[in-house]
Order: sequence, then structure tokens, then C-alpha cells
Amino acid sequence: MSVFGVVSAKRRWTGRILQGLLMAGLITALVPLVLVLIYVTVRGLPALNLDFFMTDPTGAFFGDQGGIRSAILGTLEIVGLSTLIAVPIGIALAVYLNEISRQSQMALIIRYCIDVMTGIPSIVYGLFVYTVFVVGGIEAGFAAWKGALALSMLMLPIVTRASEVSLAIVPDSLREAALALGAPRWKVIIYVVLPTALPGILTGVLLAIARAAGETAPLLFTVLGAQVTTLALDQQMNALPLQIFNDIRQPNAALVTRAWGGALTLILLILFVTIIARFGARRRRLP
Amino acid sequence: MPVIESSLVVLRSRAAHAARDWNGDTLLLRGLQFVAIVILAVVGFFFIQLLVASLPVFTKMGVIGFIFENNWDVAHAVFGALPLVVGTGITSIIALIIGVPVAVAAALYITELAPARMRGVLALLLDLLAAIPSVIYGLWGVFILIPALKPIEEWVGATYHYVPFIGGSVTGPNYFIAGLILAIMIVPIVSAISREVLTTVPWSEKEAALALGATRWEMIKLAILPHARPGIVSASMLGLGRAIGETIAVTLVIGNAAVIGDSLFSQGYTLAAVIANEFGEASVGSTHASALIAAGLVLFVMTLIVNGAARIVVLRHTHTHSGPVEDRVVA
Repeated sequence: MSVFGVVSAKRRWTGRILQGLLMAGLITALVPLVLVLIYVTVRGLPALNLDFFMTDPTGAFFGDQGGIRSAILGTLEIVGLSTLIAVPIGIALAVYLNEISRQSQMALIIRYCIDVMTGIPSIVYGLFVYTVFVVGGIEAGFAAWKGALALSMLMLPIVTRASEVSLAIVPDSLREAALALGAPRWKVIIYVVLPTALPGILTGVLLAIARAAGETAPLLFTVLGAQVTTLALDQQMNALPLQIFNDIRQPNAALVTRAWGGALTLILLILFVTIIARFGARRRRLP
Repeated sequence: MPVIESSLVVLRSRAAHAARDWNGDTLLLRGLQFVAIVILAVVGFFFIQLLVASLPVFTKMGVIGFIFENNWDVAHAVFGALPLVVGTGITSIIALIIGVPVAVAAALYITELAPARMRGVLALLLDLLAAIPSVIYGLWGVFILIPALKPIEEWVGATYHYVPFIGGSVTGPNYFIAGLILAIMIVPIVSAISREVLTTVPWSEKEAALALGATRWEMIKLAILPHARPGIVSASMLGLGRAIGETIAVTLVIGNAAVIGDSLFSQGYTLAAVIANEFGEASVGSTHASALIAAGLVLFVMTLIVNGAARIVVLRHTHTHSGPVEDRVVA
């Protein structure tokens, strides 16, 4: 092994065995990914057909049980609304943290809160919204926008962090050049800093969307679920994770098959968004 | 006169420009400050609401009684959440015992041993593991993992019945299955943060170890692990925080029985699972609903403590990368 001497057999074999163990660790970690993807594909594919995507669930236990149209559209609507809430606020917070006051007391508090928010379980966000808007004095009843609010609280720390990191790697020379040309700070931020950081911010946004789209717990007590397709955001609404969760718990093979079909649809949707985000991240290189 | 006038005009327009630009900056600053304050206020408000909503059960059972009484009896409106707290603890510990070694081994393999061109792909695959939704892990757990592992669990239970917490009857959904699913779910985050920490080990130390004739494993043991230990500990704690709060997958595979099981292979319940599972049955404003919200509050406080501890470990040991190590682990 070395030109200066021979590594003893014992040391060589210890090394080989432990390297093998590390590799085994990696393989063990990847086995569930492969198994889940295989089973979801094999069990989900038979459920997929045009009707599956074009009809609403009927709620019937026997006979025609319908497809998952309302679930897909509901997920798109709820996640779309939560993106509209979380992204502007998340970017605003990141701009505040990185461009306006990096080390102020306020910035430290916000950073701490963002850290804390990252760790809060998603079901607790659901409970927040539930206590305030579903049974609270302000508003009552289940509605799609309340679920979107819970999801946006989940997305906020992800968007803020990704944006803050992307803003931090924008070189100061760019800011100084713009300021030296006489541009006020707000113009520097809007026309120079944000466009430069945009790819990184987009990656963060897409990852936040992927995360939110798969969440069930925050929707359970905020949007509750529904059968029909609706565009009304102040009504109960269906969502893919909710539909899957409810179908799993039915003692009926046909409904369980619909759960697998829904799972395949959801996983394709999320993997699509995630992979776009990751490849976007890889292409991001500053000049 | 015209000259003065025109110069005044110039001055005014300059002032107007200055005022507008100044206003733009001030507007931005004030606007962003406003957003920040509103967010802080909203989070604080939500927390207080949670506290208020769980007051009824705390006045009935007492805070200590709620957490430490071993009796969750919905029919008699008695809410002692100890079986749930214990279930959360057991499943999270199983998840750590299985998940952390696997995650750290995977991280070490990717950063130190894998061919350079494979690293990106392997890391991406591990990150995809985090992208799979909880409800799909639950679906897979219920219909694939539980039936597949039942014979093995029964064999282990029968063969090693003298080991504490192993023997006894095996139910399909149980603590072990829930812990295993949680382990799968925390592997990507623990592994990603460990990877981040491993890349901060200075090259000079690795090269020094290799130059002294260390094998690659010895280099890992002597140069990398001591350096990365605090980071790995804090990664594990963030993983623990995830495991504690995980809801949907657990509620599908733990059996949802509000008792403290005899063995690893008996049914149980967790704080998060009880909320998801019993929420539909609890009528608005009842003590039951209040108890479920209080369970959420306990969960919240537990994750705060665990995540806080993780941050303290990082801050105490490494000043250079005390920033959020989770940055790249947003999925």
C-alpha cells in the first residue's frame, strides 16, 4: 500500500471491512427509496386511467367510487395559494435579514424565530390555524384558505432560508457598483441583488412547494376534505394527501387501490418539482 | 428673476428626487420591518391561542397530571397522556438507534469513499428519500412492511423472549414498525447535515493522517470523526425533532391503542398520532378537543427543547459554522 512499508494485514482488513460497512449503510439508506417507488408504481399503475383523473370521488363504498380529480385540483389550489402567501413574505424577510440589517436585534430575533419555525411539527401548524380560524372567535368553519395558511407557515422558513443563503452569495462588489452609480438602495435590491439571487430563491420555492404538496397533517383540521371539485377557497376542499389518507383506512380493496393510484400521482408530482429544483440548483453559478 | 426661478425649479426637482429616493428606501425599510413584526406577532398570537385552547384540560387534570398520568380514557373524559408521551419516546428512540448509524455511514461513504462523479447522484437520491410524503410511507408501511415483517418479528419475539421488551404477542402495527418508518424518514436529514459537517473537516488534517501512513478508515477515525462529532450529534437531535413530530405515517402503523405496550412489538400511540386520529371524534369545545390541542402543545414544547439542544451543541463546539447547518436540507 505504501512505498515506505507494508500495512499490516490486520489494519488492511479492518479498513476494508469498515469501508464495506459504510457502503452497506448507504445501500441500506437507499433500499426504502427503491422499495417505496417500486411498490407505489406497481400497485398504483393499474388504478390509473382517464376516468381516474376526470371524475370526482363519489364517496360510495360499493359500486362506482370515482376518481381523484377534486383531490388533484384541490392540492393545486391549496398549494398555489400557500405559495402566493409564503413566497413574498419569505423573500421580504430574507431581504430584511441580508440587505437591510444583518446584525440588528430585530434580525437576530427573526432568525431565531425562523429557526424555531423550521422545527415545529406540521401538525402543530394545523392546530394553530384550527384554534384561531376554525373554532376561534375570528372565523369559524373549515375552508381551503385556512389549509393554505397552515401550509404557508410551513413553507415560510424554507423560502426565507433558501433566499437568505442566495442573497448572501451575491458579491458585495455588485451592490457597491450599483450604489456608486447613484442608485438608491431599493433600486439596488430590486434591479441588481434579487435578479442575481433569483435562481437560488426559485430552488428554495420549488422545494418548499414539494414539501407542502405532500403534507397531510396540517390539512386534516383546516380544510377537512370534500368530494366535489370546487374553486371556492372559502369552502371545504379535497386534497391528494387527504384523499390517500382516507382511502387507506377503508376496509375495501377498491378504495385502497385508489389510494395507491393517488400515491403514484402525488409522488410523480412531487418528484417532478423536486428534481427540477435540484437541477436548477446545480446550474446556479455566479459570474 | 427668471434665473433665480429656474434655479429654484432645479433645486426643487432635486429635492423632489432626493425625497422620492429617500422615501423609496424608507418605505422599503419600514415595509420590511412591518412584515417582520407582523410575522413575529402572528407566531406569538398562535402560540397563545394554543395555550388558551388547552387550558380546560390543564385545569381539569393539572399540567403534571396531563403529562404523567397513565390513563387516556376518552369515554370517561380522563386525559392522562403518559401512554402517548411514552409512545413518542419509544418510537423516536428506535428511529435514532436504527437511523443515525445508517445516515452517518451513508454520509461518510458519500463524502470520503465514493468516486467523485458519483457523489452528486448519491446525495440527490438520499434527498429524494426526504421528498416522499409521510402519507405514502404510511401507505407502504401498512400494506407492505407490516405483513412482510410480521413473521420475522414473531420469530425474534419467540427466540429472544427472555430479552426485556421483546417477548410477548406480536401485533401487526406496533412500536417497532413505527420506529422503523421514522428511521427511514429521518435518514435523509441526518445524513444531509452530517455530510455538510463532514465537508468542513480541513483537508490538511486528512492529508496529515494519510501522510503518516493511516489507511483510509484510520484517516476517517482519527481525523474526521473527532472533528465532526458535535455536528453529527446535533444532526441526530434535529432528526429526533423530526421523529417526535411526525404524524401521518405513525398514526397509520402504530395501532392507535392508548396504553403503554409490554414489548417493542405491541401497539401504542404517540402524541402526534392521537391528534390526527381522534380529532374527528372530538366535538368542538369539549375537554377531549382541548386535550388533543394540549397534546399538540406538549409536542411543540418537546421539539423546541430538542431543537434548542441541537443548536447549543453546535454553538458550543464550532464557532466557524454556527450558522444554520440545515440550509441545504430544505426538502
